[in-house]
Amino acid sequence: METKDKVLMINPEKCTGCRLCELVCAVKHDGASNPSRSRIRVIKWEMDGVYIPMACQQCQDAPCMGVCPAGAISRNDELNVIEVDHDKCIGCRSCVAICPFGAMGFNSIDRKVFKCDLCDGDPQCVRFCEVQAVEYVDADDVAILKKQDAAAKLHATSNKVALKSA
Amino acid sequence: MALDRKIAYIDLTTGDVTIKPIPLDVRKKFLGGRGLDAYLLLNHSKKGCNPLGSANPLIVSGGILTATCASATARTHIMAKSPLTGLLGSANMGGFFAPEMAWAGFHHLVIKGKAKKPSYLFIKNGTIEIRDAENIWGMTTTDTQWAIQEELNDQEIKSLVIGPAGENLVTFANVMTGIKNAGGRTGMGAVMGSKNLKAIACRGTMDIKIAHPVDALEYNKRFIDQITSAKVNKTQGTLGTPMIWGATNSWGGVRTRNFQYNQCEYADDIEPEAIDEICEETIGPYHMAGCFGCQVHCRAQYRIPSGPLKGNYDEGPEYTSQGAFGAEPDTPRAETVLAGNHLVDQYGIDNLEIGSLISWAMELYEEGIITNKDTDGLDLSFGNDEALLEMVERICYRKGKVADALAQGGIQASKIFGKNSFDYLIQVKGMSNLHSDERATPALALNVATASRGSDHLRSRPAIDLYHLPEKVLHKIYGNPVEYKGKLSSEHTEYVGKAWQVFWQENCYMGVDCLGICKYHTTFLGATLPNFEDWPKVLYYNTGLEFTPEELWDISERCNMLERLFNIREGLTRDDLEKGDMLNHRYFDEPCRRGAPDVVGMKIDKKRFIKMIDEFYEHKGLDKKGNPKPETLKRLEIANEPSHML
Repeated sequence: METKDKVLMINPEKCTGCRLCELVCAVKHDGASNPSRSRIRVIKWEMDGVYIPMACQQCQDAPCMGVCPAGAISRNDELNVIEVDHDKCIGCRSCVAICPFGAMGFNSIDRKVFKCDLCDGDPQCVRFCEVQAVEYVDADDVAILKKQDAAAKLHATSNKVALKSA
Repeated sequence: MALDRKIAYIDLTTGDVTIKPIPLDVRKKFLGGRGLDAYLLLNHSKKGCNPLGSANPLIVSGGILTATCASATARTHIMAKSPLTGLLGSANMGGFFAPEMAWAGFHHLVIKGKAKKPSYLFIKNGTIEIRDAENIWGMTTTDTQWAIQEELNDQEIKSLVIGPAGENLVTFANVMTGIKNAGGRTGMGAVMGSKNLKAIACRGTMDIKIAHPVDALEYNKRFIDQITSAKVNKTQGTLGTPMIWGATNSWGGVRTRNFQYNQCEYADDIEPEAIDEICEETIGPYHMAGCFGCQVHCRAQYRIPSGPLKGNYDEGPEYTSQGAFGAEPDTPRAETVLAGNHLVDQYGIDNLEIGSLISWAMELYEEGIITNKDTDGLDLSFGNDEALLEMVERICYRKGKVADALAQGGIQASKIFGKNSFDYLIQVKGMSNLHSDERATPALALNVATASRGSDHLRSRPAIDLYHLPEKVLHKIYGNPVEYKGKLSSEHTEYVGKAWQVFWQENCYMGVDCLGICKYHTTFLGATLPNFEDWPKVLYYNTGLEFTPEELWDISERCNMLERLFNIREGLTRDDLEKGDMLNHRYFDEPCRRGAPDVVGMKIDKKRFIKMIDEFYEHKGLDKKGNPKPETLKRLEIANEPSHML
C-alpha cells in the first residue's frame, strides 16, 4: 500500500488557528461537528499569535499501548498507525492519562476512547489545510523537509544582510 | 443537529432564564442569525424604547449554519435598538464565539432587563448562569477574556465582551471577541454596558449532528476550493483587508481630512505592502490568522514597531483603521494606524466611527467652530497624530467637553457644538460613513444612503461595480435567482441599473448573515464566489432542510423588510437628514479634487440620485415615501407583524 510509513508533519508556524482541521476530523469520524470529538486540536497563545495543532504521533514505542491492561491497543505497521480495539477496550482511560501529547481522547457522549487513525491513509485535516500546516509525508522525509525549511530561513537572512551591507 | 439549537430568554433584572426550541416554521421563514434577530427585535421591543434602558432587548446569535460543516461559519450577530442612531442596531463579527455558543446548545439569546451589579453570563452545555463581574469591570477587552478563563479555569472558553467604552456607554462602543474581532457599528457595546453586562462566556461540547456528513464534507471541500481559487481571496489572505486600501486610494475613493479630499497623499507608509512588512518583521513570514473554519485567513498579526505602545501585539489593522487613523485625520503613518487600531481593540470601540468623528472635530477646529478652549488646550489640527490618539482615549473615558460630546454620537454632538457643525458631519441615519468616498460611484452612494443600520458598506454594497465587468457577466450575476430585465452598466460612474444591484446585494448579504457565513465567501469582493444558487446544497447537506434559490431570496427580502419595518416604527422618513435615506449635502455640492481622471470633478447628481432611490424603493416594494406597500407585506408573509411566534 502506498501510504505505508507516512506520518503527520505539523508546522505550527504556518497554522492560522482556524480549527477547520478539528471540524472536519469530527465530521469525518462521527458525523457531528464538535471539537471535543476531534483527534487533532489547536492550542493557542492568543496574545502571542501562536497556534499549535496537537495530534497523535503514532509513537514507535507507544505509551498508550504499553499501559493498556486489556491489550486493546496495537500498532498497524501497514498504515503506521496505533489502533484501539473497542471490543477489548475496558474504558479505563489509562491511555488518556499516560499519553504525553494528549492525543488519546475520551468521549463522554459515546463513553469511548478515541484517537487519530490517519483516516485510513487520507487524513482530512491535511486535505482541508490550505496553508499546509498539517502535511502527510513519508516518515523518512520529515527531517530533510525540515532542513530545507531551516535552510530557506538562513538563506533569506543572509540575503537580507547582504542587501543591507550593499 | 443545527436545528435543535435553542433560544434563551434571559432577564437580568429578575435573573429568570427561559429556554425554548426554535420551531421549524420559524426557521423556514427567517432561517437564523441576523434575519431571525430582526424578527425577535421587532417582537420584543416597544416603539420608542430607550436604547440604553432596560427594556431594549439585546439579541445575540449565530447563523443557521454556524459550526456546521460549511465554510467560514464564524459570524456572531448582535442586534438591539441603537443608542447611536435610535434606529436598528446591528453588528456582525467573526472569531470563535458563535460556534462555541452553538456547541453550548444555543443559537439565539434575548437578553432583557438590567443587572443590579456588573455581571456576566456563563453558558455551558445547555445551562446558563449569571455571575458576578465586579472584579473584571474596567478591564480591557482582552484582559476580560483571559480573566474569565482563569476564574473558570478553562482556556477553551470563548467570550463576547465589552471594554471601557461599552461600560462608559459611548454610543458607538463595540462588543468584541478574541484580539480584534469586533461587533462594530451602532453601539451594541453600550447596550451591553447599560445592562451592567460585561461579558457572555461560552463553552460547549455538544454535538451538532450533520444531516448528510459525507456530502457535507465533500461539498465543503468544493466550496473552499472555489473560495481559495479567487485571486481576491488569495491576496486578502496575504495582506488582509489593507489590500483594498492601495487600489481605493490610488483611484480616489478614500475620504481625507474628513471630506475635503478623496485621496490621501504621502501615504506610502500605510500602503498594504508597508504594513505587511511590519507584520513580517515583528511576527515572521507566517503572520495571517483565520476565524473559525475559514481558509481566507485575512487577519494580519503584528506588534507595534515603535512609539509609546511598542511591542504590543494586535491583529489587523483593517482597511477601516487605515482610513480612521490615516486618511481622515491626515496622519498617514504606520505607527499611528497600528497604535490607533490597538487602542480601539483594547477599549472596545468602533474604529470607523471614532476616526470619522475625530476627523469631523478636526475640521470643526479648523473652521473655528470648536476651539482650543473646548478641547482643554489639545491642538486638534489635521495631521496631529498625538492629538488623534489622545482623543481616542478621551472619548472612551468621556474626558472633557468635546470628547464627551463625540461619545454621544455625531448628531447629538452637532447639537452641542452648534453653529453649522452638522453640515460637516458625514453621516447617514446618525452613523458615520466609512472612510470611502462615494462621490464617483453612485451605486455605492445609494448603498450607504439606504443601508438599514445607517451609513454602511456591509449591508448592500455592490463592490464589484468597480471592476467594470462586462454587461453580460453582470446580468448573469444580478439576474439570478430572480430575473432582471432592466439595463445594467459596467461603468461605476453610471446611475443606470445600480438600484437593482444594491437591492440584489442587500438580499445577498442578508442571506449570508442568516446563514452565519462571512461576506468574503459570497459576491462581495469576488464576483465568482458562492451565492443563492449554491446555498441550498450547503443548507441541505448540513441541516436536511430543502430550499430553492428563489425561496432563499424571498427569505432575505422578508428579513430586510423586517429591518425596514423596525426603522419606520422608530421614525425613519425618506428625506430626513438625521433619520432618513439621504446623504450629506457635500456629496452633491463638492466635487472630488483628486484621483483618477474619471474621478476628478465627480459629485453625485442629486436629481438622478433621487430617481435612483425611487427605483430602489420600487424593487423593494416600497411606496414613494419609503413605506412598504400592503401587497409587499402580504407577498412576504409579514402583514401581521409582530406575530409573536417566539
